[in-house]
Amino acid sequence: MTHDLTTTPLEGPAAAHPYSGAATNTRVSPPPSPSTTARRTEHIIGLLALVGTAATVWLGIWVTPPDKVQGDLVRLVYIHPGVAWVALYLAFGLAAVSTLLYLWPRTRSLFWDRLAAAAVEVGVIFNICTLVSGSIWGKPTWGVWWAWDARLTSTAVLLVLFLGYMALRRVPAEPEVRARRSAFVALFAAIDIPIIHFSVDWWNTLHQGATVLNANLSPTIHGSMAWTLLLGFVALTLVFVWMLLVRYRIGAIEDWLAANELDLALAERQAEGVAASRVASDPGPAGGSPTDRVGVA
Amino acid sequence: MWRDAALVAGKDLRIEGRSRVALSQVAPFGIVALVLFAFALGPDRETMAKGAPGLFWVAVLFCTVLAIQRSVSVESSDGARDGLRLSGIDPAGLYLGKAVAVAAQLIVLEALLAVGVVLLYGAHIEVPWMIAVSCLLGTIGLAATGTLYGALSSGLRVRETLLPFLLLPIAAPVLLAGTRIWQAAMAGGTPSDGTQWLRLLVVFDAVYLAVGVVLFGPIQETA
Amino acid sequence: MAPAALPPPAVSLRDAVALSGRFPLLAGVDLDVAVGETVLVEGPNGAGKTSLLRVCAGLVPLASGHLSILGLDPTRNRVGVRRRVGLLSHASHLYDDLTVRENVRFAVRAAGGDVARIDPALERWGLVGRLAKTSAGKLSAGQRRRVALAVLTARWPELWLLDEPHAGLDASARLLLDQAVRDAAASGVTVLIASHESGPVEDLAGRAVTVTGGRVTGQRTLAPTAATATSPIPAAPTSAVPPAGDPQAVGRVVGQDAPTPVKGPVAHVA
Repeated sequence: MTHDLTTTPLEGPAAAHPYSGAATNTRVSPPPSPSTTARRTEHIIGLLALVGTAATVWLGIWVTPPDKVQGDLVRLVYIHPGVAWVALYLAFGLAAVSTLLYLWPRTRSLFWDRLAAAAVEVGVIFNICTLVSGSIWGKPTWGVWWAWDARLTSTAVLLVLFLGYMALRRVPAEPEVRARRSAFVALFAAIDIPIIHFSVDWWNTLHQGATVLNANLSPTIHGSMAWTLLLGFVALTLVFVWMLLVRYRIGAIEDWLAANELDLALAERQAEGVAASRVASDPGPAGGSPTDRVGVA
Repeated sequence: MWRDAALVAGKDLRIEGRSRVALSQVAPFGIVALVLFAFALGPDRETMAKGAPGLFWVAVLFCTVLAIQRSVSVESSDGARDGLRLSGIDPAGLYLGKAVAVAAQLIVLEALLAVGVVLLYGAHIEVPWMIAVSCLLGTIGLAATGTLYGALSSGLRVRETLLPFLLLPIAAPVLLAGTRIWQAAMAGGTPSDGTQWLRLLVVFDAVYLAVGVVLFGPIQETA
Repeated sequence: MAPAALPPPAVSLRDAVALSGRFPLLAGVDLDVAVGETVLVEGPNGAGKTSLLRVCAGLVPLASGHLSILGLDPTRNRVGVRRRVGLLSHASHLYDDLTVRENVRFAVRAAGGDVARIDPALERWGLVGRLAKTSAGKLSAGQRRRVALAVLTARWPELWLLDEPHAGLDASARLLLDQAVRDAAASGVTVLIASHESGPVEDLAGRAVTVTGGRVTGQRTLAPTAATATSPIPAAPTSAVPPAGDPQAVGRVVGQDAPTPVKGPVAHVA
């Protein structure tokens, strides 16, 4: 490491990033960085999601007319079903499919595991948004924040199952072990979803009339409302895809960090040593304050 | 597979016979739960009798978690789990054996709790056979899912806290079906009120038993 | 191929790498053990001896490389391999609430062993009378080890993997163990003994391999004492035991695979 003393400056990017500088331990692989096209796709989707959401909000609040029965409350129709579609079908479906692809020996790869995890995590956010927006809608229309309606109950159970999956993933383990364990739990939960759905459906048939998208709404939907509704679905789907991409990238970096923690710490510690010996041997004007030198000595 | 299952079930039940953990700890806990439910619902016997089916199954669910924890901890001492893997025992047989042992303990427990519900809450049962069938099917489902999740969580240091969180939502259909069947049996309505729930329990049991028989080996090698 | 008539080796490891997380337990092991051979695996603590035995028992999967046990692939035929292999590990795998006899009986039946051999095995290790009816939870560490050994001898598998077999045993039990290993070798059983101190177990084995840093770094032929003298190793497998001074022989494949020489330095101590 002696050559580092002469070539590596104390300040600057090399000292700040131990895995990119000359003091680097060569075993540390660079962090996973997506290709420029991948980054560009991510940016474009993010931008489209932003524009789409903004347009939905504008159309939903200022352009579309209020409903005869529900008044301004009807504007929730541009958000709530779209959020629910992402949470209950898109996120759950994607998590289920990626889990199956992970479990299938021929397609087994950590890619599917990370994708399932990202879908579940983003799905949880959308699931909570579904329940919250549903509650906000339910209070003035049904008079209660929460009704033990079959759909609401199924959604809540799905949320609990997703949270269980996330709790399991938080248990420290090797990526492969964690992936297999999570895949099993996801599979058992996925099998249960239809059974839970049926049982909750039979359990509470009283509130069936209260579900949101039924006959009393559809006749009043007119042109601008239909378009806004559609745009809301597209925009929320784009938001989901964008969050999924970002979460996947973070997951990959997390795995890389876990794998290289020790090597990184070593490299950092070695860089410390290099810095310390520089300060001790060459106390130039830029070498630090006098107290630093005392501390080193 | 069946021979190994009988062997493992016999072993677990013999251990229970010696240690009496289920009988002296889990069953009293179930009774305590029933008493606590009574305190929570007040002294009005009518309310209690009305809630009896659900309270019974909630108590059973809590006891299932304890029974599964015990079933897992039996294998975690002195590397017993490794010992079982090393013996080359059939994983499907091992799974069925563990599940049967848990189910047998739960059945005894449910009998105790059912007596407790009748005595303490004044629940009146019109159609006893429906109660018996629902308990049997529900127990199979709980033992099947519980043994699976027990094996999955057996290698984890946070097993005790994670297992209930993972298992109880999965077992929700058993609670719903069991409660509805009990309500039908107590109301003395036509048995057809309960049949669709019995069918649901049969599906639940069959699906999870099949999954367990197929996947217990890989799960055992993962945890 | 000339060696077609040879039985497959009891243990054949080719560039075997096993991981615990990212830590390499085995870092490229090449090892052949012929059927009926008794091999001492020596090396310091943490060298990978236990991991080597656990890999041979099919408990730890290989991350890369090739492994065959008694001619079988443990990843494909897990149950088949485990039923023919016995591992004496640090843990005794006993249920505290069951008696000694019940423990042995369960373990033997679980492994598909012969129930008639349980009583002779218990007798061999002095686990008779009241001791046989004592629950395992009340036993001392050494007694638990005797029970584990009783399970092994009652099962009498084709490959014995003994991890520090003398640890925790008293003098009489050590003698019993040595006798059991000799009996096993005499009946054609393959034995792998892992030990950090070679002295006491040396005269049981015909060959010693040294493991350091997760690889086989050397081997030596041991003086043919009682072990090799009393064990009638079949002629064919004996020829697979490499003579000292032939480093290529260590990596020679008995089957039809391409020969792979041992990587790294191979030290020979005659």
